[in-house]
Amino acid sequence: MMVHNLISTILITGENIGVTVSLAVIFGGLAWLMYRSIKGREVDRRVIFLFIFVAVATPIIFTITFEFKATPIVRALYDKIESLPENSTVLLSYDFDPAMAPEVQPMANALTRHCLAKGHKIVYMCLFATGQGQLERTFREVIRPEFADKVDGIDYVNLGYKAGNEGVLNVIITDFQKMFPTDVNTVPYDSIPIFNNIKSCKDLDFIVSIGGGRPGIKEWILFVGDPGDIPIAAGVAAVVAPQLYPYYPNQLLGLLGGVKGAAEYENTLKDNYPRFENSDTPAIKMMGPQTLAHIVIMLFIIIGNILYFREKRLGKHK
Amino acid sequence: MKRFVPLTITFFVGTLLIFSVFIPPMETLGENFTLFFDIIAVFAFFLGGGNLIRVHFTKISRKKEDWPFSFVTIFGFLFMLAAGLFKIGNPGDIASSVTAPDSLFEMVYRAVFVPLGSTMYALLAFFVASASYRAFRAKNREATLLLIAAFIILLGSTPFGTMLTSWVPELMSVLQIPNLAVWIMSSPNLAGQRAILIGIGLGVVSISLRLILGLERTYLGDDGA
Repeated sequence: MMVHNLISTILITGENIGVTVSLAVIFGGLAWLMYRSIKGREVDRRVIFLFIFVAVATPIIFTITFEFKATPIVRALYDKIESLPENSTVLLSYDFDPAMAPEVQPMANALTRHCLAKGHKIVYMCLFATGQGQLERTFREVIRPEFADKVDGIDYVNLGYKAGNEGVLNVIITDFQKMFPTDVNTVPYDSIPIFNNIKSCKDLDFIVSIGGGRPGIKEWILFVGDPGDIPIAAGVAAVVAPQLYPYYPNQLLGLLGGVKGAAEYENTLKDNYPRFENSDTPAIKMMGPQTLAHIVIMLFIIIGNILYFREKRLGKHK
Repeated sequence: MKRFVPLTITFFVGTLLIFSVFIPPMETLGENFTLFFDIIAVFAFFLGGGNLIRVHFTKISRKKEDWPFSFVTIFGFLFMLAAGLFKIGNPGDIASSVTAPDSLFEMVYRAVFVPLGSTMYALLAFFVASASYRAFRAKNREATLLLIAAFIILLGSTPFGTMLTSWVPELMSVLQIPNLAVWIMSSPNLAGQRAILIGIGLGVVSISLRLILGLERTYLGDDGA
């Protein structure tokens, strides 16, 4: 039964024959490498690269996807946005560069979809110079095609990038205008309707920092969240997520960690908002390659340990 | 005098910024100092850009190893600088956003920089796999513990983790792999991270005090003697 579930999950979508053949090649090859390792043969680095390539490429070519539930830490962020009353103001800070984008851009896009669908207003800004380019991506992929009725300055505003790292945060916690006298299109702060009742970060209802580097979520917590008692959540690359657990759940309301966190958020959004049924879900698509790559890595670790114990045993015999 | 001036400035600014946090009337002063910092941070870009050109011109003129790459660096830097400064192809005027849709800057960013960045990041998967195979071996008790934890976290971050232990009864759900992964992250990992954070915090306080009091002088450019 379990095996049946396992196989049927792999084959939820996709071209069955292609998937079966590809998986047979991957796992058959790994079984053969395992047999070789028992005989004491090392695996060449290029063979490992080849297996990882096939493991990543197969789910992309045959669109293997998985179903999963949101973990409590992801659900907490989703529920917070759900629980905010309509017309709340949410700040999304794009603190990342293109290298980190495959993991965190899907989070940024999903959060934008969620906030705008709920009728919240969004203030965009970035602490990374490259964040502004990533912001444009959200405008191109989400806002313009899916929320054409939303108006710049009323439903959302783009403040862009400002140099100064935590120095920027230190100022906007008391006065936004001092640091951002205009938005990215040089519209003066005073004439942007979204800022009618907003003087500083303390007037915001919720802040989400998306990124994983420095400056990033830690700076947001230390310089804005804690001193201003403002609810904060984050979406970060998988390698950074473990470092943020000490802040959860008191200083950090919720956390999306890596592709899995993004995929859980996209899944929850799709389940609860039928309008997003056909929206692009890059994180869900990426979970296929990530899952297979993880399994291949684990099997290579096992092969490495078989070799190690074999050598150790032979060493003892000598 | 050479040391007295910077030491005095450090003492004055450091003390003032500490007081500005605890004394409400001084808050505005602290804020203004932060604004000065932000302005200085902008000038760091000029310094960085100038330094980049100087280093690579030197490399080209002396024909050092891999000098042709320096041409690419300088060309890329000047090209993007011009595209951003003069808003080439920008549908708005000179005051509009540098990343406005269809501007040259945005186009090159999207078509060149984004794919290059993503490619570099994607290469990590290959090196992680190779390094895991070679280094992740149960050589002793600590390494074995690390190996087990890594396996649980890796499995827990895939749907296979859920499927493999879905037969475990609800009463013992803590033994299901995703729950074990959560436990590892929120207990042993949390304890370790907190210890590191507290250590860093204490270190920052101590080094800041040493800087303000003039005991730490290495930032002056010599051994502080």
